[in-house]
Amino acid sequence: MNSQNIIVIDGQEFTFNQDDTILQVAERNGIFIPTLCYLKGTSPTGACRVCLVEVEGARNLVASCATPAASDMVVRTDTERVIKARKLNIELLLASGQHNCLAQDMDMDSWTDFQLRAMETNEHKELCPAHGDCRLQDLAIRYQVNTNRFLPTETKYSIENVNPFIIRDFSRCILCGRCVQACNEVQVNNAISYGYRGSTLKIVAKADLALKDSDCVFCGECIQACPVGALIPKQDLLKERSVSKTKKVHTTCSYCGVGCQIYLHVRDNKVVKVTGVNDIAPNFGSLCVKGRFGYDFVNDKKRLKTPLIKENGTFREASWDEALDLVADKLKRIKDESGPDAIQVLTSARTTNEENYIAQKFARAVIGTNNIDHCARL
Amino acid sequence: MAGLAAAFGSGAMTNPIEDLEKTNVIMIVGSNTTENHPVLSSYIKRAVTFKDTKLIVFDPRKIDITRFATHWLRPVLGTDVAFINGMMNVIIKENLYAKDYVQSRTVGFEELKKKVEKYTPEYVEEISGIPKDQLIDAARLYGQAPAASIVYAMGITQHTTGTDNVKSLANLAMLCGNMGITGGGVNPLRGQNNVQGACDMGGLPNVYTGYQKVGDPAVRERMAKAWGVEKLPEKPGLTVTDMMERAHEGKMKALYIIGENPMVSDPNLGHVKKSMENLDFLVVQDIFLTETALIADVVLPAASFAEKKGTFTNTERKVQMVRKALDPPGQAKEDWEIIADLSRRMGYPMEYANSRAIMNEINEVTPSYRGITYDRLETKGLPWPCPATDHPGTPCLHVGKFTCGLGVFHAIDYIPPAEVPDDEYPLYLTTGRVLYHFHTGTMTMKSQGLNELAPECFVEISQQDAASYNLHEGSNLKISSRRGTIEAKAMISEKAVDGTVFIPFHYAKAAANTLTNAALDPIARIPEYKVCAIRLEKAQPVSIQE
Ligand code: SF4
Ligand code: SF4
Ligand code: SF4
Ligand code: FES
Repeated sequence: MNSQNIIVIDGQEFTFNQDDTILQVAERNGIFIPTLCYLKGTSPTGACRVCLVEVEGARNLVASCATPAASDMVVRTDTERVIKARKLNIELLLASGQHNCLAQDMDMDSWTDFQLRAMETNEHKELCPAHGDCRLQDLAIRYQVNTNRFLPTETKYSIENVNPFIIRDFSRCILCGRCVQACNEVQVNNAISYGYRGSTLKIVAKADLALKDSDCVFCGECIQACPVGALIPKQDLLKERSVSKTKKVHTTCSYCGVGCQIYLHVRDNKVVKVTGVNDIAPNFGSLCVKGRFGYDFVNDKKRLKTPLIKENGTFREASWDEALDLVADKLKRIKDESGPDAIQVLTSARTTNEENYIAQKFARAVIGTNNIDHCARL
Repeated sequence: MAGLAAAFGSGAMTNPIEDLEKTNVIMIVGSNTTENHPVLSSYIKRAVTFKDTKLIVFDPRKIDITRFATHWLRPVLGTDVAFINGMMNVIIKENLYAKDYVQSRTVGFEELKKKVEKYTPEYVEEISGIPKDQLIDAARLYGQAPAASIVYAMGITQHTTGTDNVKSLANLAMLCGNMGITGGGVNPLRGQNNVQGACDMGGLPNVYTGYQKVGDPAVRERMAKAWGVEKLPEKPGLTVTDMMERAHEGKMKALYIIGENPMVSDPNLGHVKKSMENLDFLVVQDIFLTETALIADVVLPAASFAEKKGTFTNTERKVQMVRKALDPPGQAKEDWEIIADLSRRMGYPMEYANSRAIMNEINEVTPSYRGITYDRLETKGLPWPCPATDHPGTPCLHVGKFTCGLGVFHAIDYIPPAEVPDDEYPLYLTTGRVLYHFHTGTMTMKSQGLNELAPECFVEISQQDAASYNLHEGSNLKISSRRGTIEAKAMISEKAVDGTVFIPFHYAKAAANTLTNAALDPIARIPEYKVCAIRLEKAQPVSIQE
């Protein structure tokens, strides 16, 4: 082992590879360092400064996500100084916008007019929709941040709600830049960037246009990257509140042949959201607009619910027994009269392997024909 | 995928998706990658933006991915064989090809060399309209790259010369030693989620699972034994396109369609409708009452992907788990349950406890799927061939040796498309997809949001053509081919090239496939969706009705 490549974190020695950051070495070895702005696979921006750590010999605390590991570096991730600095940064982030979740310890009476207005346009009068699924909230709780010291800042930018999928609530944006990284470095759609300066800093699409008028293709990568409630799928706000729990089921997208790994979020036997599964191939969390937002069909009212038989030109509902007996009789008769090759089965590029297997077995072993094909040619 | 199978002995994406970020050059032909395979296109965009990978795009339309291209070449529709031969002409003339590789791993080089001699850059320019210097540059870039990956999709296969086009790409890749190496390969992108799986599972007229031929008596005997039947049919069956012909002649009596919508997706729709009406009996099993289901005698309600357990095989041959998240609506059932029940009623009991039991049988009868079990898939997907439960699967095909031993070069001549513009039908039409919809729209058009972003059919037309027809954005147009007429609105776009219009095929109300040509590739039996000749006229404004 090359002693050149050894770093000490919290008293333990670890090896590292070239280009590793302190954060990467720590994560690989199970040492927790909180992060907000760092997005795996993209270049670090160092914007949030909650990942601060102490490096022996350095005057200031350093952002572990943006500092390369170096040999003989001695790092502490949990000194009092580190904790205090993180706490302060979290506090300032909370105060930078309208973070009206429980972490804020405020009741509705003390909400500002702006917040109330924001909530109204939000079609959501109670809680931030990210409540319970917000990294800032998690960190505020973890570090027991005192939220009464600073007053929330009012934001200059109102909510953008004019596209079918994504709500941008600038009042909750902590300007961490993860959405920008996700859009430009993961999906490379180059639709959003930082705009304006200083206290007017804002994430903008092109020259501060609505997303629908920009280069945005509604892949939703930015939503999945946003650690707070600043980017919300519109469907989240439309759905009713419910006491039932949402469960997440890991499955495969049913649109194109990339086969992205998705979570179906399901409540009351309905799909309420789709997210990408992080950290596994082929998509590592990414999805496209169809995969992420095109799930309405599953619970559509027009889904077929019962077998139908056509009589005198119109359909009537039938039982499985009746419908399948009819099909079996007809196919048997045609097979007897005209031979098995007068029957064709078209199986489907949309159904599973198991179902395709059964369909071709049915054509070959039961009907007795190789007349089986599907629409891959089409 | 007959072309790839002929060249290498296996017709699927040869390399894994992740290789796109490990290559020096990517060449995209006939794939509107960002709209049709968006997440895969991110790999390409990242490689080009952050890793110094060079991108060559051949496409007549200025599709979005051209923004990332180092070289964008704009061929006349349907001239693929010509410009690929042209690239090989340059690569051979300039000695850029992989001599040792060609020598030790392939056969047929001399014939290929002779054939491409006449495809000089000058000659190719005449045919394809690609300026000769551009072609030479692209050829050098591809030929000199240590590893180069070819990516293609329907833009290559949906031609009367589709098989030739694919073989030509295979020629090019072998010539430069790009097969069986990381970052290389010939990579067809499959349009629908489980096209690969449907083929793997024997949803084809000439093969059982794992491409075992129905014509091989030994295979047939083995399958008959596994299925407990005395004998199985030997003659290969009909493809969907040939079946339509047979039905048109009144010789096909019954059709059982599972989850497909040929009344929107097939070429020359007028003809298809007549064929279907000629059937004695039509069963459609689907999740919605599609255009095709409407004309059926019996409709059976199926479960959607969210309501079943099973597997899909993605475009890189990786088998992945599908898990049940919901109960199906009403009495809808999983497709396999319906067929197993029907089969029992026809005197052949199919007793499976669940989809896992079916996979066990697939493992038994399919060498390339033998090691792909549910237990293993729980943690991650596995690419076939995977011959044993301790085999890791095969992300990259043809390493060291082609599936068929030696790779085969095919000397191929350029043949023009079946239909080219003339005085009566002076414009080219090409068809395809848009980002916000999928195939015949059965699923995506149930989403209000997706409809809002892509509400209706359009005709994409160049500025200059629009001017010469005196059209404005949104002008109502009547588009006619020798086969039919549809109406749609003009969309003036810099994506379009002069002389060629583009129409997405998703929309049943203005079904582009009313216009397309059903002329088939002689081997793959794929219709020529990508090229036909049309005429444009202004139409009276019509109200769009439900
Ligand atoms: S939805 Fe996708 S394209 Fe649009 S801003 Fe977000 S990441 Fe960028
Ligand atoms: S929108 Fe979300 S991800 Fe983007 S900068 Fe704001 S808080 Fe960060
Ligand atoms: S999310 Fe998009 S890219 Fe991924 S499989 Fe689904 S349709 Fe394809
Ligand atoms: S995570 Fe390191 S600065 Fe934000």
